[in-house]
Amino acid sequence: MTQVRRIAGGQIDRSSTLNFAFDGKDYAGHPGDTLASALLANGVQLMGRSFKYHRPRGPIAAGAEEPNAIVELRSGARQEPNTRATVIELFDGLEARSQNRWPSLAFDAMSINDRLSNFLTAGFYYKTFMWPAAFWEKLYEPIIRHAAGLGSLTRLDDPDSYDKGFLHCDVLIIGSGPAGLSAALTAGRAGARVILADEDFSFGGRLNAETFSVDGIAGAAWAAKAVAELASLPNVRLMSRTTVTGAFDHGIYGAVERVSDHVAVPAAGKPRQILWRIYTQRTLLTAGAIERPIAFENNDRPGIMLAGALRAYANRWGVAVGDRVAIFTNNDDGVRSALDLKAKGVDVAAVIDTRADAKPLDGIRHIRGGQVVDSDGRLGLSSITVRMANGASDIIAVNALGVSGGWNPNLNISSHHRGRPVWNEAIAAFVPGPDGPKGLSSAGAANGIFSTHGALSSGAAAAVAALSDLGIKAAASKTPEAEDAPVAISAFWHVPSSKGRAWIDQQNDVTVKDVKLAHQENFRSVEHLKRYTTLGMATDQGKTGNVLGIAIMAELTGQSIPQTGTTIYRPPYTPVAMGALAGRSRGHEFKPTRLTPSHKWASEQGSIFVEVGMWLRTQWVPKPGETIWRQSVDREVLATRNSVGICDVTTLGKIDIQGTDAGLFLDRVYANTFSTLGVGKVRYGLMLREDGIVMDDGTTARLGENEYVMTTTTANAVPVFRHLEYCRQVLWPDLDVQLISTTEAWAQYSVAGPNARKLLQKVVDQDISNEAFPYMACGEITVCGGLRARLFRISFSGELAYEIAVPTRYGDAMIRAMVEAGKEFDAVVYGVEALGVMRIEKGHVAGNELNGQTTALNMGLGKMVSKKKDAIGMVLSQREGMARDDGLRVVGVKPVDPSKLLTAGSHFVVHGKSPTAEHDDGWLTSVAFSPNLGHSIALGYLKNGAARIGERLRVVNLMSKAEKEIEVEIVSPHFIDPEGERLRA
Amino acid sequence: MPNHRLKPLSPLGHDTPVVTTIGPVTISEMIDRALASVATRRDQDKAVAAAAKTLGIPLPGAGHFEQAGVFSSFWLGPDQWMVEAPFASHEDIVAILKPTFGRAASITEQTDAWVRFDVSGKELPSMFERLCTFDLRSHGTGSATRTVIDHLGCYVIIRGEALLSVIGPRSSAQSLHHALVVAAQSAF
Repeated sequence: MTQVRRIAGGQIDRSSTLNFAFDGKDYAGHPGDTLASALLANGVQLMGRSFKYHRPRGPIAAGAEEPNAIVELRSGARQEPNTRATVIELFDGLEARSQNRWPSLAFDAMSINDRLSNFLTAGFYYKTFMWPAAFWEKLYEPIIRHAAGLGSLTRLDDPDSYDKGFLHCDVLIIGSGPAGLSAALTAGRAGARVILADEDFSFGGRLNAETFSVDGIAGAAWAAKAVAELASLPNVRLMSRTTVTGAFDHGIYGAVERVSDHVAVPAAGKPRQILWRIYTQRTLLTAGAIERPIAFENNDRPGIMLAGALRAYANRWGVAVGDRVAIFTNNDDGVRSALDLKAKGVDVAAVIDTRADAKPLDGIRHIRGGQVVDSDGRLGLSSITVRMANGASDIIAVNALGVSGGWNPNLNISSHHRGRPVWNEAIAAFVPGPDGPKGLSSAGAANGIFSTHGALSSGAAAAVAALSDLGIKAAASKTPEAEDAPVAISAFWHVPSSKGRAWIDQQNDVTVKDVKLAHQENFRSVEHLKRYTTLGMATDQGKTGNVLGIAIMAELTGQSIPQTGTTIYRPPYTPVAMGALAGRSRGHEFKPTRLTPSHKWASEQGSIFVEVGMWLRTQWVPKPGETIWRQSVDREVLATRNSVGICDVTTLGKIDIQGTDAGLFLDRVYANTFSTLGVGKVRYGLMLREDGIVMDDGTTARLGENEYVMTTTTANAVPVFRHLEYCRQVLWPDLDVQLISTTEAWAQYSVAGPNARKLLQKVVDQDISNEAFPYMACGEITVCGGLRARLFRISFSGELAYEIAVPTRYGDAMIRAMVEAGKEFDAVVYGVEALGVMRIEKGHVAGNELNGQTTALNMGLGKMVSKKKDAIGMVLSQREGMARDDGLRVVGVKPVDPSKLLTAGSHFVVHGKSPTAEHDDGWLTSVAFSPNLGHSIALGYLKNGAARIGERLRVVNLMSKAEKEIEVEIVSPHFIDPEGERLRA
Repeated sequence: MPNHRLKPLSPLGHDTPVVTTIGPVTISEMIDRALASVATRRDQDKAVAAAAKTLGIPLPGAGHFEQAGVFSSFWLGPDQWMVEAPFASHEDIVAILKPTFGRAASITEQTDAWVRFDVSGKELPSMFERLCTFDLRSHGTGSATRTVIDHLGCYVIIRGEALLSVIGPRSSAQSLHHALVVAAQSAF
């Protein structure tokens, strides 16, 4: 395929050819091309179908503002929908497909919608799909969404990786046109840390698309020279292919760098994109301006473009979009497009200028006071109809039309902190207001200064001012010589028409008629206009259409544009891939994994692991022949109760608490007293929240006069530490207390069962007989011939039990030593399932009971709340409703028929009452099968539970498909060894 | 060195530390330093300073690290430091420090609470700007900070021109190592 529309010049490398495919057809382009410029060079104007009416569409722009040329890129797992052909950097092997058409782009069955346009006006869906309501979600919406597609998802995992990163600078400059380059040179030369970011793959902005000179050389050449100087400065970071997407709090900007989007597949180890968080002191918005169209009937035909885009395709990419073109303008810049095209040898059929008083052009048919009223052509433009100043009509055959309604400063990011743009009558456009993101200022075209000279000088001045704020002295060097034409524009928004449709927002198919309808139906506020018509709500956020829509509404209401108001933009400036937002946090790397000290050993045994927060804990350790989890868990429980079991309990939080006020501190954070605890002793502690609800429980050991070590539940290790730090730093800074987490420093194992002492005595170097080391003792010991360790005689299972801790690096060796030592006792290693069964058998509360709604009294631990001292939560725990004797109490529950299996979450209902909320007497919190008792057991919260031991009632589980009700008997929660003889043995 | 029969395991779960080289950087798992936190008790500033001087332990200011002979330390928070010493000679580091500090400071063994990766080589900022907010380009040798790397609270210590340490939670050593490796691959 030859590049039929390629003309001389441009910044493309013609020595190299890139092959690519669009809708399955092969084409060729050159390095420096975008997908759009390459397709246009190949004579392809039709690139997509519109969102609602499925109208044939081609690109109207040459940059990020493009609403129409939206394509699907690549294939397989790398397929990406909704990319703008105008910013896709061409690479060899690129595959693209048009969207929102079936069966083909040229013949789209859904274009029937266009014939139904009289019905499909603004508000159509709201008015039509009202009844029956249930149909909306299941029927109407899916059909509408299918019809109005914006590309498709593959549902395959994205094979690429994305990074997140952090950058710091004094000045962030957004956009590298003349203003941005001038600012960067000024700031860079002054030694400030500068980041110059541009969404384009080439620096220079509009200088690359113009023919005029700067400092006596071509604009693009001047830009290249400036970039070369900036690249030589170590304090300047040049970031091309980097879109600043938003202003966030405290001088932070988001930016997406497209590291690998210009190659078929990222290099090994390289991310596809990086989402940068840029911390900056000052920001200069030098993002240029976006041309806006003039609305007229059928102004959306492929071949009708913004005039500046026609000029850019010719100047930068060496592409004549049409071989016979016309320009429709209300300002001098449109005229410049005509002159540039003519200079490139393009046949300019006419310049239709809405200004009757415009200066006449030489050598070009200049229709002053004229308007383009219609266009014709099937899948592309073939002619335009022009109404002369005298009312006569003329049809002019052209295959491209450039439209210029003036330029809007690209102020998107300046409005991110609700910065309201302000109207500038002189240029008939909004400019950045004073209340945008703190530390951000604008220069050049982004600030409504449209001449090159103005951009260069305002960029430098803005940099000087920003640096001066930071105490950095900078001097603006002499502004390079450049064009300084004044803006000559006469506002003109749309060509009046009574019947046809004139497009404003081409991506969402919003027409002048829709705005009129919104006005007629009293949706006149810009915010209502936007939502009723969907103006500006597409992926381009109305970069080309918004101001036009507002101007038309202003005309209808008879108000001025500033009175009508404007909508503001939100981040992101252009769409951001979900992958970039996720970064490395996906799949198994969504969050870090914490491994216990016994993990390696447990993996070797084929243990089944369970996620407990970020920890992977052993859930059970299957033995050969065990095919169902219960077989393993029952065996582990029975072996522990009958002999001895070992469990890794490292995950429990450990907090080292020291200081001369450590005891007093503990008295205040725990409901019960710790200052009286003897050195070498451990005590169970209950921690309340300020409102009297139980926060956490655990044991705290006193290792020295001023040294304690607290244990917390696994889940609350971090919240409790944070709470203690808050208490220490904020509530009682006068107390002499020092805290540090030691959770990870020690590998800690529970050794439980009647043979626990015998096993441990084989590894502990000191005497741990009952006399030497009684129940609730703790101390520093040594193991295995001299390794420092800690021993705590505490029990969660109700058995004779210890917890032993060694420095984590020895944790692996320690479990191996204990397993070896336990062989003669048939010791088992048990996981958290068996641990759970045993604590339910013993009636210990855990996470299911500490659910953030329950008090110590509810747990049967009311007496632990000491009234002799003040502690967090003590007062509020005594509130009448929380201290009632007949409130919820933890009880034990067993099925009357031992063959029945209980289900956690079932609710207590007495016999004879219906299972409804008013008869709810509580619920089962924890359920297990007790291999010791041979039946299902449970703990539950029962109203007035303490007085109901022995009562029979039902537990109801309405969600069960099998058995909704089971008769149960209320028993003591201590199923095993209620007197506690075993643990004191 | 205590004469016990237990064999240590490195944080990454091996008998010997893992060393990974990617482009210009080398990421080395370090197991040869003992750590203890030292926190001044109320009104004991002078006593702590004197004890530290006696032992030769530096007490750097906020955001800093200092090496002085056997000991090195970095700032953890107001009146609190992490003290480092060779593991071989100072494994029971608390027992070594306590007699001199007495009741003036709260001292806690921290050796195995952490995994330390030393990252050496040129252009470390290019790698670390993909990991954390710590601005290496504006900090030099002797700077230390607490930061977050892939959700993990870590200390980053600049030990020299082309050498820094990342000290992170030991249980997540593999996750942290993975984060360092992919950042290096991305950067170089």
